[in-house]
Amino acid sequence: MKNKNVIQVENLSKLFGGFAAVNNISFYVKAGEIFGFLGANGAGKTTAMKILIGISSPTSGKVTVAGFDVYKETESIKKNIGYMSQKFALYDDLTVKENITFFGGIYGLSKKQIEQKQHELVGELGLQEVVNSLVGSLPLGWKQKLAFSVSLLHDPKIIFLDEPTGGVDPITRRQFWEMIYKAAHNGTTIFVTTHYMDEAEYCDRVSIMVNGKIEALDTPKKLKEHYKTNTMNDVFLKLARG
Amino acid sequence: MKRFVGFVRKEFYHIFRDKRSLFILFGMPIAQILLFGFAITNEINNVNIAILDQANDVTSKEIINKIAASKHFSIVDVIQKESSIESIFKKGKVKAVLQFENNFGSNLIKEKQAYVQVLTDATDPNMANTISNYISAILKKYQQELNKNTSKNYQIVPQSRMVYNAELKSVYMFVPGVMTVILMLVSAMMTSISITREKEQGSMEILLVSPLKPFQVIIGKVFPYIFLSVINAIVIVLLSIFIFNVPVNGSLLLLGIESVLFIITSLALGILISTISATQQTAMMISLMGLMLPTILLSGFIFPISSMPLPLKVISNIIPAKWFIIIVKGIMLKGIGIGFIFKETAILVLMALLFIGISVKKYKIRLE
Repeated sequence: MKNKNVIQVENLSKLFGGFAAVNNISFYVKAGEIFGFLGANGAGKTTAMKILIGISSPTSGKVTVAGFDVYKETESIKKNIGYMSQKFALYDDLTVKENITFFGGIYGLSKKQIEQKQHELVGELGLQEVVNSLVGSLPLGWKQKLAFSVSLLHDPKIIFLDEPTGGVDPITRRQFWEMIYKAAHNGTTIFVTTHYMDEAEYCDRVSIMVNGKIEALDTPKKLKEHYKTNTMNDVFLKLARG
Repeated sequence: MKRFVGFVRKEFYHIFRDKRSLFILFGMPIAQILLFGFAITNEINNVNIAILDQANDVTSKEIINKIAASKHFSIVDVIQKESSIESIFKKGKVKAVLQFENNFGSNLIKEKQAYVQVLTDATDPNMANTISNYISAILKKYQQELNKNTSKNYQIVPQSRMVYNAELKSVYMFVPGVMTVILMLVSAMMTSISITREKEQGSMEILLVSPLKPFQVIIGKVFPYIFLSVINAIVIVLLSIFIFNVPVNGSLLLLGIESVLFIITSLALGILISTISATQQTAMMISLMGLMLPTILLSGFIFPISSMPLPLKVISNIIPAKWFIIIVKGIMLKGIGIGFIFKETAILVLMALLFIGISVKKYKIRLE
């Protein structure tokens, strides 16, 4: 898997009526990479991501995810990816255990696998005490970390994180990124969107979308050199303001 | 299949942990059926009436005694002259006044015919109508007793006078209607809310990204409500039978099958609503205004379709509840079999298929 592109996007466009939400973008993501997908609100990154995870179909272009075509093989894609969004973490009215059982179940894990995973996961996150508590009673940071672990239950090749750390305190964010590093170290490809520019620094490579197009794509270091700035924040501002 | 079971289990967790859902699911049906059964009943008990006995003879006394003995009426006043009638009504002390004509008894013997005037306070038309019917029944019974031992054919003629006449209804008529409204409410509103809740909180996206197919998600969400609606239907029928003594003259099995059919039709409507609404509030508003109101007003539940103006009559045909009420009344009260309600059943099947078809199409568009 190493050094193979797990996501390959060529000339992807998505039109809504006459409006091009995604305008002829091309990029690739290597296996095991942490790929930062940045852009202002409305720049088209959510639309592009929805196409990659198989819940929206492209207008034109060639896209493969985990080696499968997004036009014809969305079912295979779905088995090989994980997804977590800021908007929804886990069901608040289900306990930690029930959430794990449910999400393990819909990804087709056996009862035995789920029990084993649950044991590992609860041990790693130190959630032994709250395993039978409703998720709604946990602090947001815990929920997000748990949600990340849950989205990894079925050992996906790629995990898509849509602003995973929104609204979380800095310490938890730090811990969250440690989990991301660990997953990447284990060979999972990370595709992450974020608003926090300091997080962009943690990525292997970063793309920045402006008005439906990818305006920049490189390692954070090279981007900063190219735009002659010290932080990714300034890179982003230069691009987004045009 | 295993995935499906897991999904349904999760759905039950949602329902049983949400007190509001539980209340709507189980509290409301029972409350409604009891309310409609007891409050909106035409049974009358201990209604206050007054007597104006201008005859004051043996026969009139006998009839008055019969009325006084009945549990339906209590005689609270005896008035002496006709002019008092209006004032006694105005005071609201009595609901009806029974007026025996002069020489009531001798008229009955000589002319074989005598008149009783039943004056009822028709500000409550249903009540007035019922009172007048009950009194007529008592008079008729007396008349039968009188005629039993003689070849002569005595007739007591009650003359009812009301401001206006309302059609007679009874709890029998309400049960099918309430059952329909509740099944509609639980099936359509609850499913549309539960599906839009997943959309609103963003979990629908997570579910659609999972290997579950969209139709599996929908069936998983809808299935618990089929189950709960069936339980509701059973509870309603049991309450009707054991508390209100409503007969089920037809086949219980057929009633069950038809109920499941109506539940599926309503669920399909609920799914349809969920595809066009983004938030739970919208789903609830559409369910209440778009489904509940027409179901209550135009289905023939409360207002008879036959007396509606033509445009409303036409509209009533597209309301699934109308057909289901006909079916339930037919099975429960008339005891008819499938042969007589084949058309209504076929219409419901067609409606269910149509709603499911549109929902599937809408869902595909949404996912594009």
